Amino acid sequence: MKVTVDQDKCISSGQCVLNAGGVFDQRDDDGVVILMTDNPPPEQAENARKAAAACPALAIDIEE
Amino acid sequence: MSDTLTGTATEVPDYPMDRDSRCPFAPPPQVLEMGEAKPLSRVRIWDGSTPWLITGHEVARELFADSRVSVDDRRDGFPHWNEHMLSTVYKRPRSVFTSDAEEHTRFRRMLSKPFTFKRVEGLRPAIQQVTDECIDAILAGPQPADIVTKLALPVPTRVISEMLGVPYEDHEFFQHHANVGLARYASAEDGQKGAMSLAQYLIDLVKTKMEIPRGEGTEDAVSDLAERVNGGEISVKEAAQLGTGLLIAGHETTANMIGIGVLALLENPEQAALLRDSDDAKFIANAVEELMRYLSIIQNGQRRVAAEDIEIGGETIRAGEGIILDLAPANWDSAAYPDPDKLDLTRDAGQQLGFGYGRHQCVGQQLARAELQIVFHTLLKRIPTLRLAVPLDEVPFKHDRLAYGVYELPVTW
Repeated sequence: MKVTVDQDKCISSGQCVLNAGGVFDQRDDDGVVILMTDNPPPEQAENARKAAAACPALAIDIEE
Repeated sequence: MSDTLTGTATEVPDYPMDRDSRCPFAPPPQVLEMGEAKPLSRVRIWDGSTPWLITGHEVARELFADSRVSVDDRRDGFPHWNEHMLSTVYKRPRSVFTSDAEEHTRFRRMLSKPFTFKRVEGLRPAIQQVTDECIDAILAGPQPADIVTKLALPVPTRVISEMLGVPYEDHEFFQHHANVGLARYASAEDGQKGAMSLAQYLIDLVKTKMEIPRGEGTEDAVSDLAERVNGGEISVKEAAQLGTGLLIAGHETTANMIGIGVLALLENPEQAALLRDSDDAKFIANAVEELMRYLSIIQNGQRRVAAEDIEIGGETIRAGEGIILDLAPANWDSAAYPDPDKLDLTRDAGQQLGFGYGRHQCVGQQLARAELQIVFHTLLKRIPTLRLAVPLDEVPFKHDRLAYGVYELPVTW
């Protein structure tokens, strides 16, 4: 799995951290997405997929 | 072709539609019927125009996320909520609600700091404390008690006021003026008065905070905005507009969701028992998503206009045509949620649209989730014998507000 994020698209909803806190974080100042790991371990893969599906700005891309 | 033309003149239904008072949790039956036939169809609104009404879950999600769909209410064809919103369109400064693309991103990021997932997680002890204090007061007071004035209003008002740095003493002022402005078919005059009083208050508050050096006691959202004014990023008026929006959105919507959510739980005692008996944070979180799906709260639709032609759901939305994304029927779309009229806290409600979707999805959604998770669970745990003190058909519903809910909810235990 390879995860990429588009910070320009991000609208700071926090849905990624809600779904996959180990994979994503938010900048303190404006809530923009920070990618913690672009290759999450298998136990976090499903959470990362949920985060991508929940992102309202379509700012998360996952290549399986 | 001529059929279509005469058809549109006579058969386009008026919108918004009325709910069936016997099914107060359900979207209006006519909207649900339209949704069963097609995911989008034409309706006629107050000014005689015929925008598209979106009732399908999938089409709503796609359009919410489509950059060809604009929230700019100055564009021709924008389906305004009422006369007041149309008459003030050039008086209101641009805001996070009415801007697209980069301008929107700039506004949005200014507001996001207090609402990140982690910041909100850090607020949970404070939300729990406010909730417990309200329930203490209910238990110590007379019966029946009104859940709206004793719990639904004070919890979000205290939390958002503290976050914004607005003194709690002013909450009645805000309550009043927010309600005047949000009334369905608000007259231009009433709406303007309420909005102007709020705007003036926020302008004064921003100016006060601009004078206070950053440091102790200035960790709040209006101080953040004041700092951006001092830095030349935005004007005082823009800052006040952003602050007003957060305040109204932050107390009115959550308060309504608490009031009518408690009622929905009391009317579904087996579901309430599941929530009361659970200590699983994931179950409690999903239960709130399901309550949001079931109730939606914001009625009469999210308003947009097509900036380009859009092919969707077998129809073409032309550039310049209005779009109304109606959350309640989309959340009751049986293709997305089988038996949508059943409140089922065990179903996966993760994709519910109560907070909207796309770039304009609710800024305060993580705060609302934390408040709702704490309030519903704590109330059911602490007052397990809670019951409605009047028959359901005597509960007054907010059919005439943009945010649906109950005006009062007398309970006993």
